[in-house]
Amino acid sequence: MKSPINSSYLIFLICSLFACQSEVDNQKTTSTISIKQQQIPDKIDFNFHVKPILSDRCFKCHGPDKNAVEGDLSLATKEDAFIALGKDKNRYAIIPHQADSSALVHRIFTENADDIMPPPESNLKLEKHEKEILKKWIEQGAEWKEHWSLIPPEKTAIPAIQNESWAKNELDYFVLAKLEANQLRPNQMVKPTKLLRRLSFDLTGLPPTIEELNIFLADDSPNAYEKQVDRLLASPAYAEHRAVQWLDIARYADSHGYQDDLERIAWPWRDWVIHAYQKNMPYNQFVTWQLAGDLLPNPTLEQIVATAFNRNHKITQEGGVIPEEYRTEYVADRAQTFSTAFLGLTMECARCHDHKYDPLSQKNYFQLFSFFNNVPENGQIQPYGAIPKPFIKLTKKEIDGVLSFVNNLDTMAEIPLMVMEEMAKPRQAHILNRGAYDQPTEAVFPNTPEAVLAFDKKYPTNRKGLADWLFAKENPLTARVAVNRLWQQLFGVGIVSSSDDFGNQGALPTHPELLDFLAVKFREEGWNEKAMLKYIVLSATYQQSAKTTPELLEIDPENQLLARASRLRLSAEMIRDHALTISGLLSKEVGGPSVKPYQPDGLWAETIGGGGGSLAKYNQDEGYKLYRRSIYTFWKRTVPPPSMMTFDATTRDLCTVKRQRTSTPLQALVLMNDPQIIEASRILAQNAVTKGTTSAERITTIFQWATSRKPTTDEMETLTDYLAEEIQYFQAAPEKADEYLAIGAYQIEYTIEKPEMAAYAMVASAIFNLDESISRG
Amino acid sequence: MEKIIKDRSYLLNRRNFLAKSSVGIGTAALSSLLGMNMFNSSKNGILTPTNGGGTKGIIENLHFAPKAKRVIYLFQSGGPSQLDLFDYKPLLNERRGEDLPESIRKGQRLTGMTSGQANFPLAGSVFPFQQYGQSGAWISDLLPYTSKIADEMCIIKSMHTEAINHDPAITFFQTGSQQPGRPSMGAWMSYGLGSSNDNLPSFTVLLSRGTGRPAGQPLYSRLWGNGFLHSLHQGVQFRSGKDPVLYLKDPAGIDRASRRRMLDKLASLNHKQLEEFGDPEISSRIAQYEMAYRMQTSVPEVMNVDNEPDHIYKMYGPDSTQPGTYAANCLLARRLAENGVNFIQLYHMGWDSHDNLPTQIKGQAMDTDQASAALVMDLKQRGMLDDTLVIWGGEFGRTNYSQGALTANNYGRDHHPRSFSIWMAGGGVKPGIVYGETDEFGYNIVENPVHVHDFQATTLRLLGVDHEKLIYKYQGRRYRLTDVHGKVVNDIIA
Repeated sequence: MKSPINSSYLIFLICSLFACQSEVDNQKTTSTISIKQQQIPDKIDFNFHVKPILSDRCFKCHGPDKNAVEGDLSLATKEDAFIALGKDKNRYAIIPHQADSSALVHRIFTENADDIMPPPESNLKLEKHEKEILKKWIEQGAEWKEHWSLIPPEKTAIPAIQNESWAKNELDYFVLAKLEANQLRPNQMVKPTKLLRRLSFDLTGLPPTIEELNIFLADDSPNAYEKQVDRLLASPAYAEHRAVQWLDIARYADSHGYQDDLERIAWPWRDWVIHAYQKNMPYNQFVTWQLAGDLLPNPTLEQIVATAFNRNHKITQEGGVIPEEYRTEYVADRAQTFSTAFLGLTMECARCHDHKYDPLSQKNYFQLFSFFNNVPENGQIQPYGAIPKPFIKLTKKEIDGVLSFVNNLDTMAEIPLMVMEEMAKPRQAHILNRGAYDQPTEAVFPNTPEAVLAFDKKYPTNRKGLADWLFAKENPLTARVAVNRLWQQLFGVGIVSSSDDFGNQGALPTHPELLDFLAVKFREEGWNEKAMLKYIVLSATYQQSAKTTPELLEIDPENQLLARASRLRLSAEMIRDHALTISGLLSKEVGGPSVKPYQPDGLWAETIGGGGGSLAKYNQDEGYKLYRRSIYTFWKRTVPPPSMMTFDATTRDLCTVKRQRTSTPLQALVLMNDPQIIEASRILAQNAVTKGTTSAERITTIFQWATSRKPTTDEMETLTDYLAEEIQYFQAAPEKADEYLAIGAYQIEYTIEKPEMAAYAMVASAIFNLDESISRG
Repeated sequence: MEKIIKDRSYLLNRRNFLAKSSVGIGTAALSSLLGMNMFNSSKNGILTPTNGGGTKGIIENLHFAPKAKRVIYLFQSGGPSQLDLFDYKPLLNERRGEDLPESIRKGQRLTGMTSGQANFPLAGSVFPFQQYGQSGAWISDLLPYTSKIADEMCIIKSMHTEAINHDPAITFFQTGSQQPGRPSMGAWMSYGLGSSNDNLPSFTVLLSRGTGRPAGQPLYSRLWGNGFLHSLHQGVQFRSGKDPVLYLKDPAGIDRASRRRMLDKLASLNHKQLEEFGDPEISSRIAQYEMAYRMQTSVPEVMNVDNEPDHIYKMYGPDSTQPGTYAANCLLARRLAENGVNFIQLYHMGWDSHDNLPTQIKGQAMDTDQASAALVMDLKQRGMLDDTLVIWGGEFGRTNYSQGALTANNYGRDHHPRSFSIWMAGGGVKPGIVYGETDEFGYNIVENPVHVHDFQATTLRLLGVDHEKLIYKYQGRRYRLTDVHGKVVNDIIA
């Protein structure tokens, strides 16, 4: 198997569109896509055209779950799919080159309701073009291939392109080759101001300052852009921004998550994550420490702190539960987090039965489960409010010494932290019938799914061995999944759009060779994340303009071909941090205990029962703690911060590698009325007033802070009119200006009359509400 | 009236504005600027506009003729005692204090709160029961108002669930899964059926605290969460007080006209960006601001009960004048239903009577009895009961034996998932029936069991939805409210 992915796929626009189809069938497909889908490719490819159909419509009864197989036919493997069927063993589902004799073709085309596949009661059906694809595939010889993501990536050849002058590095060859195959041209380069804005948000989650923009614009050295990349990658803001995504993956929270949802201290681990990103710890080391830091030879305290990753799951304190039931959930959560975060597989689907779509058995699931089953823990927090074992106490001496990355802002004498510990004698794990804690059947031992990669005997059968297995050169998933997430951070969508599912039901890579090229590069160059991010942002592909045309939208609505940059709404954290940055309110403090900024009154109090301890009531912080980056906002799982949730933050109940990006009326309400944003607007306005003397100068400053560019004449006219209207409004009712300017805790001296000041504050608020202000294009 | 005219002139201005600017705007952008809902239909299950106002859900054509158009779910959080309300078991009084026979318990799971008890003394209710209505339903004296609507109610005495603790049990009822992460019933309904109005969320939530046991069970915002569905489908909490929806109220110093001015400028500036970048997300954003603006008017209007006549307050009871009470929330539920909100979820806390049950349940019944009945009758007198499904019930029931000491007039009851009672009314449910039966100990179901998934399937069926066809594909798997279970209880459908 030389090259896992044949380059001839590139000619099919349909590949990428298929990927979209396979992701979801909830949608009413747009006409554009459905027209394209109905084109039958000349050469049918098993992985790209056939398997998505088989998996999605047939595997439920003819798939990897042996106990669910109907009619003795499984289409999950080549051996099973070509087996002789019937009493006389004389029928075949698939006979290569003989579509008319293949039972599969007969059964999907028949109009006989008793015979038709899928059967009507399954609520599944095949579209006409899908039937034709299956038929044509058999006519062409029914070539079978392994699932693409389970074949180890190999360094792919750089494709030839016509317009070589456009490319800035190898990455661009892959992208341009596909564009050229589709008779498309890449977009023009984005304007420098927009580029720096994009880069700053993507790498640090923060906007560029006006000074930074000016420096960049004035720098005519050939590596001016690269200098900016290096500057941003070296900043603490980079580490904080990267950590946000890791907290989603690690389901980090400041509370235990079930029922009374008591407080937990987990933030020293969060500080470690920021620290690790700051010093660009290689990904393999970063993950190994978190998975198995305690099992490394002579582990350091820092390595043990890293293992808190595996204790971030929810823990119950509810009276009357059966502890073992919940302990089983915690182990399952660790196993699920492992498979989602590092393998991009939905292992949890194999907890109750063999996986319906992927070659993962229930036994595989519980073998993986058993790696995480040996923690000396209790399923229930007892007594009420206790710190769940096992945990360590970080002493002041340690924090001043080897753990100097822990920001002990509240100067606690010692800080408890739940970490991993391995029992001297492992707990015996079993396959649990239907996944239930009280129905153990066959005993199982730590092992990994052979369909991914067999567990080499040289590895210890514990979490350390699991980490070794994960980073083995032969592991087909680890590097692809990781590099796909880095791509997702920069383009909004991964090369595999289902960054949480690389299995049969997941999306197919839009640029398979590129994904493999990047995966191998990432691994071979030492799992160096900053280097990989730098490599990608230096590409011409990344530096394209986001402008689009109706024609291009029609051809490629999801931007899978990358003939433009994506225009993306900022995340929940970025939006708030943006407002804090441009107003100058943002605290530069890194790490420390989580903080409680503005939140509507009463939210915690109205949902608690009798308990809740320190989290029964939201005690809003004061001073600089109101202005810390959003990564530090206190996360109570059962009542997460509402403004963040409105902008699609995750609940942190489970490992999440990809957030939604929605647009809703509630978002408009937050941006217009959240005191955090209004306060930032009035401070921003005052700063602009100080900086300029004319209204045009002042409006320009505000506008530039919010959008990273100067307003056009047209825009300036609109905003000047608006300022005049608001001055008139507040002059007619000066008390309203007083009220508006008093919102938020931050006190400043206003240097102009309040009605005029309030009008500027309204202008700032309006500007911050622009779609452009909360987007990076 | 003046406001309406102003709003219309705004629309006209927008229309002129668009007529003047020529290039690059599709009809989508036009409709959004005109203030109609413009949601892209896409894989996230976003709503699409309908001609008659509101937005369409993912279901193109309902699978069945719908009996109900909307649901008001009166969730009684904590687990009300069926044995003191609807499931009359005189045997428990006759054999009061005797140990629960093993032949009945059959070694079934108990919670950790009573599994260690040396014995399980049978505890009959201290509250008398009488028969009401044409079905002769037994209802306890705790519910004098509810008993009067017996002929409207379908009492299900044979509910059962899989979970025995609060968090998993309430999560199971609301999302079909004991573990967090799935969409709530209301979110599923919004996703499937869309919304009937342009000014209010399709799924709203109202909370109240019980007086029987004020320090009861907590609630979690995930109970009304959208899970993996688009966030437009999340339940929006309506609260008493000055900001009925979070962040709804304009800040101090800003009035409606001033907000309108800002939105006009925003729309105009955003539109320039749309022309330059052609990103349809920008037109969606403009539409969302218009919807937000309308909500700012329509939510306070619907929450303002000042114009309700006295006889309505009288009907719902004295609490109904106190914002934030269950009774006030019932009245609001009716107003939300009238204004096109299709899933209205109330949570009343405090039913978790492990001890002092006779005292605690009195308070809970006082909180809820009159207003629940009034809501049903109020809907009826407005002709809305026929297409409004009202559901009353908790996450599980309570044991027939006393938790802790049984004394002459005091006892507690532990959680009991094996049998409990809920009731439904209106919305195509057979009125005036009692469905299902438990054994004479009130412990096990002996007739017509209804599982939580059956209940969910039946609710969807009443709305015209086949629970096996309302699916959302997430991480490669097709999810349903009913997971892979659920049978419609046809016997209770009219």
